[in-house]
Amino acid sequence: MKVVRGFYSVAYSVRLCRPDVICAYPITPQTEIVERLAEMYANGELGNCEYVTAESEFGAASILVGASATGARTFTATCSQGLILMSEVLWNASGMRLPIVLVNANRSLSAPLSIWNDHQDSMAMRDAGIIQVYAESNQEVHDMIPQAYKVAEDRRVMLPFMVCMDGYKLTHAYEPVDLLDQEIVDGFLPAYDPPVKLTTKKPLTFGSYATPDCYMEFRVAMHDAMDRARKVMDNVFQEWAEVSGRDWGGHISNGEEAETCVIAMGSLAGLVRNVVEELRKEGKSVSFIKLRTFRPFPAEELRKALTGASKVIVFERSLSLGSEPPVTLDVKSAIQKMGIDVYSVVVGLGGRDVPRELVKSTIQEVLEDRVKPGLHFKAKQFEEVIP
Amino acid sequence: MIRITPGAVSKPLESLKVKTGDWGAEYPVIEEEKCIGCGECEIFCPDLCIELIEAGMEKKGEKEKIIRVAKVNYEYCKGCGTCSVVCPAEAIKMELKDIYRGELK
Amino acid sequence: MKLFGSGHGACPGCGLPIAVKNVLEGVGPCFVANSTGCLEIISSQYGKSAWGVPYIHSVFENAAAVAAGIEVALKALRRTDEGPIVVFAGDGATADIGIGPLSGMFDRGHNVLYVCLDNEAYQNTGNQQSGLTPSGCYTTTTPAGKIMAGKQGQKKDMVAFALAHKLPYVATASVAFPRDIKRKAKRAIEFKGPKYIQIHSPCVTGWGLNGKQAIPVARLAVETGLYPLVEYENGELVRVKKVKERKPVEEYLKQQKRFRHLFKHPKGHEVVEELQKIADGNALKFGLDI
Ligand SMILES: Cc1ncc(C[n+]2csc(CCOP(=O)(O)OP(=O)(O)O)c2C)c(N)n1
Ligand code: SF4
Ligand code: SF4
Ligand SMILES: [Mg+2]
Repeated sequence: MKVVRGFYSVAYSVRLCRPDVICAYPITPQTEIVERLAEMYANGELGNCEYVTAESEFGAASILVGASATGARTFTATCSQGLILMSEVLWNASGMRLPIVLVNANRSLSAPLSIWNDHQDSMAMRDAGIIQVYAESNQEVHDMIPQAYKVAEDRRVMLPFMVCMDGYKLTHAYEPVDLLDQEIVDGFLPAYDPPVKLTTKKPLTFGSYATPDCYMEFRVAMHDAMDRARKVMDNVFQEWAEVSGRDWGGHISNGEEAETCVIAMGSLAGLVRNVVEELRKEGKSVSFIKLRTFRPFPAEELRKALTGASKVIVFERSLSLGSEPPVTLDVKSAIQKMGIDVYSVVVGLGGRDVPRELVKSTIQEVLEDRVKPGLHFKAKQFEEVIP
Repeated sequence: MIRITPGAVSKPLESLKVKTGDWGAEYPVIEEEKCIGCGECEIFCPDLCIELIEAGMEKKGEKEKIIRVAKVNYEYCKGCGTCSVVCPAEAIKMELKDIYRGELK
Repeated sequence: MKLFGSGHGACPGCGLPIAVKNVLEGVGPCFVANSTGCLEIISSQYGKSAWGVPYIHSVFENAAAVAAGIEVALKALRRTDEGPIVVFAGDGATADIGIGPLSGMFDRGHNVLYVCLDNEAYQNTGNQQSGLTPSGCYTTTTPAGKIMAGKQGQKKDMVAFALAHKLPYVATASVAFPRDIKRKAKRAIEFKGPKYIQIHSPCVTGWGLNGKQAIPVARLAVETGLYPLVEYENGELVRVKKVKERKPVEEYLKQQKRFRHLFKHPKGHEVVEELQKIADGNALKFGLDI
């Protein structure tokens, strides 16, 4: 066990996965991840790996499309404006079924400009055909990266995989991390062997365009691959628990059944779990559900976890302006007809602190029926005025 | 039931299935006697449907030389006329396809 | 195996396939990255690919970066012996929307031959102006109207852009001279690092030509001095295609619908004079006249 910062736990784990091509562009608070990788490269610690400094996130993602199609294991990290700038290429990468792995150091989106954490950036990529997992701690991020490659590169899946970690809250936090051994990762993660690749030995055409008579089937095939990823991920999570001795649970990780269940993702999970435990000790029928996988959405697992519940609270870290927030929508669609009241509580946008008291009072309000189901913003009172 | 590849990866040169020979209103006719086998038309043809083929031998003093002439693969020729304008020997004439002649009456 | 095949969907008389097949013949089996545009659409429909080389199309503006990715992957995977890497990208993809990734690729020094297929507008989307559309040219976004006489401003100098990145090999070519394309492509890959060749390629629909006019018109672009064929090695101008009895630009312009308004429009005369000045300037700069 070593006390390291989040960005280091990422870079260290990426190195152990023996990537062939790393390419990124700096953006706060992801920058330190690629800086650490650049250092490793400069010191000859990355083997044959090529480390490329792109001219933009758009370029970085594009370089990885070329590299991944050529048969390379690839890595990038970004967030916020960078992720959005990549988005055209990432949609394209998933459509080409390229198993690029990226870490997103979750950060809010402009405007107004903010370098602080929420989940708006990755949520904007919700429909892109990218697997999304949210980590609670730097150990979980560290452990997730080899698993991400194993899932993404599985021939039943072949989709990009985004490991989401909260910017600053995790990326810059000092936490004790049990850094993995190379042998463990080597034993767990086989070399990347793509079913097809760009090679002059077998000259295939990548990135064909599709006419209306087949476009739809390609997109449905991606949906099927996402569906298959659920099972593949379950197996990979389990195998990881065995080889590493750390069991992070499945797509969700939950406690016992209770009348009121509370859902949170990412670094907020620890605090919410803690508050829930305290309330349980006080005799309240409340339970915590950590949502680890957001895409593919674990609807079945949630339904099971929510059997017997009458209320569910979703702590949201992003918005879908003009509708309900994204996690809420998915939770609602998963549990429809189960007769559960949904309380969608938006907290901590743009790095706003989420104090323990706020979490506790929010849950208590629901337990004591002092608020109605629906959407609740934990924002200050405000009035818009023309300057 | 249709078969699709992951990521819409295509096999090479399947365009050969697409016979573009019916696109054009005109088609090139090569006068073999005029053709000097220079290969200009082959180099220019945007549809890669002209080839130089061997059409016999020619005595040039002591040596024998292969005579080559241009041959059009009408399965793909779009009748663009490029070959006819680049031919230095004026050996290629464009002619209207029979089906279009009727319409002109 | 053929490197590029029949059955593609180019308009009859299009210059693009002439450029592509001659580049490929010059370089041999290679990797191709292609931007969105006419070439991609005519050659890469699912199940109907015209390519006999490994080919990838990602999006409109990233072919240079995709090619860079192929290059680094081949290095990392110890497969550099498989062949050179070639980009085919339109003038819009090159000079406008993809100029950032192109600069990045040049700047990092990837061993890639970048071929800009210059048909002087966004032809795939129906002839909208690009940075490489010449002055005064009609496009659907620079129409000739009561007060405007086509495109404002000049054709972007991408040769200078490439030279500013200190490329070891920079050249222009034209589909009117396919043997020259082949030779230049072959020469280009003898250099390590990024190479740039810009090939003038008539678009029959966008320029308003019939198939038979395409090559003669492309030839006139060179013979008027409007599209000088130049070749730089390590920053030095090493070869230019000389022009015997340089023709007035009017001869080139008059044959094309895209310039026809210049001979009716009140401002047209001025634009033609401007274009003639550009041609004269080229002749002087590159010593075109014999
Ligand atoms: C980001 C983006 N913007 C716009 C388009 C639409 N589009 C596709 S091809 C094209 C023009 C291509 O022009 P050029 O690069 O010159 O190639 P050409 O078709 O003329 O050969 C445009 C505008 C697109 N595909 N992607
Ligand atoms: S008419 Fe055009 S397509 Fe047909 S052979 Fe001649 S150049 Fe080729
Ligand atoms: S529109 Fe122009 S560039 Fe595109 S295929 Fe037709 S002739 Fe070629
Ligand atoms: Mg163009």
